Amino acid sequence: MSAPAQTQDPTRTDAPPPVTALRRKDLLGIAELTTDEIALILDTAEAMKEVGERPIKKVPALRGKTVVNLFFEPSTRTRTSFEIAEKRLSADTLNIAVASSSVVKGETLADTALNLEAMHPDMIVLRHSSSGACHLLARICRSAIVNAGDGMHEHPTQALLDAFTIREHKKRLAGLKVAIVGDLLHSRVLRSNIHLLTKMGSDVWVCGPPTLIPADIGRFGVRATSDVDEAVADADVIMLLRIQLERMEGAFFPSLREYFAVFGMTEARLRRARPDAMIMHPGPMNRGVEIASEVADGPYSVILEQVANGVAVRMAVLYLLAGGVEHEEAA
Amino acid sequence: MKRLLRGGRVVDPANGIDGVHDVLIDGDRIAASGRDLPVDGASVVEIPAGFVVCPGFIDMHVHLREPGQEHKETVATGTASAVAGGFTAVACMPNTTPVNDNANVTAYILARAADANLARVYPIGAVSRGSKGELLADIAELRQAGCVAITDDGHPVATALLLRRAMEYAGMFGIPVIEHCEDPTLKGDAVAHEGYQAAALGLRGMPGACEALGVERGILLSELTGTRFHVAHMSARASLRAVRKGKEMGVRVTCEVAPHHFTLTDEALALPIPYDTNTKMNPPLREAADRDAMLAGIADGSVDAIATDHAPHHYDEKNVEFDRAPFGIVGLETAVPLSLDRLVHAGLIRLPRLVELLSVNPARILRVPGGALSPGAPADITILAPDLKVRIEAASLRCRSKNTPFDGWELRGGVAATIVGGRTLFVNPHAAVAV
Repeated sequence: MSAPAQTQDPTRTDAPPPVTALRRKDLLGIAELTTDEIALILDTAEAMKEVGERPIKKVPALRGKTVVNLFFEPSTRTRTSFEIAEKRLSADTLNIAVASSSVVKGETLADTALNLEAMHPDMIVLRHSSSGACHLLARICRSAIVNAGDGMHEHPTQALLDAFTIREHKKRLAGLKVAIVGDLLHSRVLRSNIHLLTKMGSDVWVCGPPTLIPADIGRFGVRATSDVDEAVADADVIMLLRIQLERMEGAFFPSLREYFAVFGMTEARLRRARPDAMIMHPGPMNRGVEIASEVADGPYSVILEQVANGVAVRMAVLYLLAGGVEHEEAA
Repeated sequence: MKRLLRGGRVVDPANGIDGVHDVLIDGDRIAASGRDLPVDGASVVEIPAGFVVCPGFIDMHVHLREPGQEHKETVATGTASAVAGGFTAVACMPNTTPVNDNANVTAYILARAADANLARVYPIGAVSRGSKGELLADIAELRQAGCVAITDDGHPVATALLLRRAMEYAGMFGIPVIEHCEDPTLKGDAVAHEGYQAAALGLRGMPGACEALGVERGILLSELTGTRFHVAHMSARASLRAVRKGKEMGVRVTCEVAPHHFTLTDEALALPIPYDTNTKMNPPLREAADRDAMLAGIADGSVDAIATDHAPHHYDEKNVEFDRAPFGIVGLETAVPLSLDRLVHAGLIRLPRLVELLSVNPARILRVPGGALSPGAPADITILAPDLKVRIEAASLRCRSKNTPFDGWELRGGVAATIVGGRTLFVNPHAAVAV
């Protein structure tokens, strides 16, 4: 990575300076990122992945920075992944989970955030059940806000790690057919992935029962179908989304058994995809509901690679939000 | 004490008047209206050219929050907001704490209104006791105490049976049943209009059909019972279709549209402030086709009234996650500028039609005084400055809560002065008129 061309000849109007930092305070979603910014994060994650393979897995990039992981929803994978990423960057980290927070005493999210702010953290990584909770914090906080999943809205680092994993295998994102199957309506992973993959030129298909397809899905630039065979046909990537048991109570589908029969990813269905198709799942998986165990554990599955890559991608995001190369040079 | 408003354009559609006229006020009444009235000892108020003298505007759908929610609004602050917005009268919804389901609450509201002595206040009583949807409220008692209509607003009447009974019973008194139209099972825990914006923002959506089902139910029951049925804050094109069909069939159905529903669409959820809780109301801001249908209904006469659904909420209540914020925005002081800018100056309707929507028809539907500048009528008068450049500033609003999505908007057209019962209660310092 090179430093930005700060003394660029003003008469030169062709190539803009290379993007070397996220020139934004927060990462709230993929929707507002440019393709250059996405590429920068993915490229940076490659270097960060290498850090995780060293005997001493630590770089001083965020030394002296304080990062608060503020989680209002239970999460093992995402919170752990962020925490490891922060520690590998030498940040001072602090975990606040909902059960031990003052929220149960009736404090508002805004007050919780402002009280944390008073202690001058540099970043707040927020997971919250309400869509837009990160936007609320970003408006009132000086700290950088990193969205670790807000309601049904976005989960940007998940989409970035998914793209990173796809790119490692396929060397590209453009032109790939990606089929996303499952509960589309309630999924923040879906929304972030749609934004990212369509921006990067993938051919995105989404599939699920009509009850679980968001309104006006066509405006997202994807093809929607309830025919899983059509979605999977010649796909390069198949991404499965978690089906939650409580959706049955909302009458979105009759039973988990019927869901698996109609939409479950089995080896038989997988044969319609390309021979080198990747199977992905953001976790946690419901074996025998959205995915058969033979598929989850089979040779096409990259599900555990996704988890591994999550750390590298989150390191990249935190590093770039903190200023990237420019910050390091200033220090 | 007589005052002669001289030289203004008088728009009084109930009397077929639109032109330069004089209006003579004697005490709290209109004494005369006509061309070149003799001064005859009256003090003369010269109305500047371009200003418009109308019968007082009546907002038939506001939440004054008193009793019980005085941190949001009081009768005094709400009626101060009303006169600053050009409204000489408001009808207030019964979802106070306690609910206005008995004469004591009605009397309390009227006493507070008399204390404030600003805009006239017409209470609307509850359909059911506590608006709980089980037992009928004491409707005769409410009527006797001064309620002009009944509704369980905030929610639809719980069952079709109860709505039928309420209509049959209210028919005795000739008062309309006003309905917040919505199928609660279809709404679920939705917080926005079901469409692209809600899908992109990850907000649970309710479709227009959710409202239209309630409209259809009310029209069918109005046809069955013969009682007048009024659709509150209509927002969906399917609802408008149902109202048009009902009117064609001779059903006694009327409807109102709020300024935010003819101005904004669900795109306001994302821009300029994503998840701005001041864009959260019920019914929700809908897609462009619905907004355009409301405009068409206003233009072609299908829509009877413009009403604000003025719904004050405290800053703390709105400064939360979108899905946890209460529904509603204030509207009394933005309705006239939005209506003049978006309806009249946009070329959709002319001023006489606007006066029908804001004065004549609300008076007719609620059967309250006003709606015309006839001799003997109360001297309730709204004077408009149709070309005044208005800048909405939330912090400067008279109402207690400032929850508006229109902060910073610049609009063409405003209120110059508001006269209630012959008393000038508001004069706009930015408009050159000394009433």
